[in-house]
Amino acid sequence: MTFAVITFPGSNCDRDCHHALGAVLGYPVRAVFHKEHALGACDAVVIPGGFSYGDYLRAGALAKLSPIMPEVRRFAEAGGLVIGICNGFQILCEAGLLPGALIRNRSLRFVSREVMLRVENAHTAFTSQYEPAQVITVPIAHGEGCYVADDRTIEELEAEERVVFRYAGPRREDVPDGNPNGSRHAIAGIINARGNVLGLMPHPERVCDPLVGRTDGASVFRSMAAAVAGLRRADPPAVFVV
Amino acid sequence: MKARVYVTYKPGVLDPQGQTVCQFLQNHGQAKVRDVRIGKLIEFDLEDMPRAEAESLLTEVSSSLLANPVIETFRVEMP
Repeated sequence: MTFAVITFPGSNCDRDCHHALGAVLGYPVRAVFHKEHALGACDAVVIPGGFSYGDYLRAGALAKLSPIMPEVRRFAEAGGLVIGICNGFQILCEAGLLPGALIRNRSLRFVSREVMLRVENAHTAFTSQYEPAQVITVPIAHGEGCYVADDRTIEELEAEERVVFRYAGPRREDVPDGNPNGSRHAIAGIINARGNVLGLMPHPERVCDPLVGRTDGASVFRSMAAAVAGLRRADPPAVFVV
Repeated sequence: MKARVYVTYKPGVLDPQGQTVCQFLQNHGQAKVRDVRIGKLIEFDLEDMPRAEAESLLTEVSSSLLANPVIETFRVEMP
């Protein structure tokens, strides 16, 4: 299970991803610079957080035109697993690999804190190692994390159970209080229709190393590894693909 | 030749920045202000070319990059 982690100018969570995936979870990790035209041998792609191109114009708007992005698109279209975290989520939306957009937090403030997330769909390639409706604690750090899309898209996401993570309070009814940025339906993370591309604002890679006190995020990457192993065993059907 | 592209949020898309400015103005005696929406103005300096060509160039860069069609619309303006 090899992860490719892409570095854009302004990415600042790429090293965290390398540490979490490599040193902590023990997976081989490839570093791919945005100017490269090939991903190389890998089983999954990570688009990390940060401020690619200084967030100029719109967060993720310029990164979507980087030389590596056509490769990421091809990889995703071939069914490969792609995860975009924070700025990575913004880039995937800008690139059209995920629906909707991420706009300025309703509070107009950059929010950096831990949030509780409910795993709304534990039958995806990114969440199979969580329990259904499990509540996990993961940090966020973003100024543009308010997820918006038109009514039809939101209805579709809900109907197809493609809202994978939702901001939550300790109790199920606490959702509005747990919403840190004004996202529609308190959406924190979604997958594409095929189930192989995930975007989320919270940072699972920051809660993998027991040294930082929590390991709630590790199961995202373990789920991806399990999905890839499953794909290798049975090809097709892909058991974890929704 | 000079040209301008205006990028604005589509109606219905939350503009917290505009709301904040609107509320500030209303709280500071500008009771006649009903709403404020904040957008972007992008100024271009282009090589001289036929107007239609400039318009199609600006439409191309606006729809592919300057505006995100999910949340924004744009308007090209040439003097």
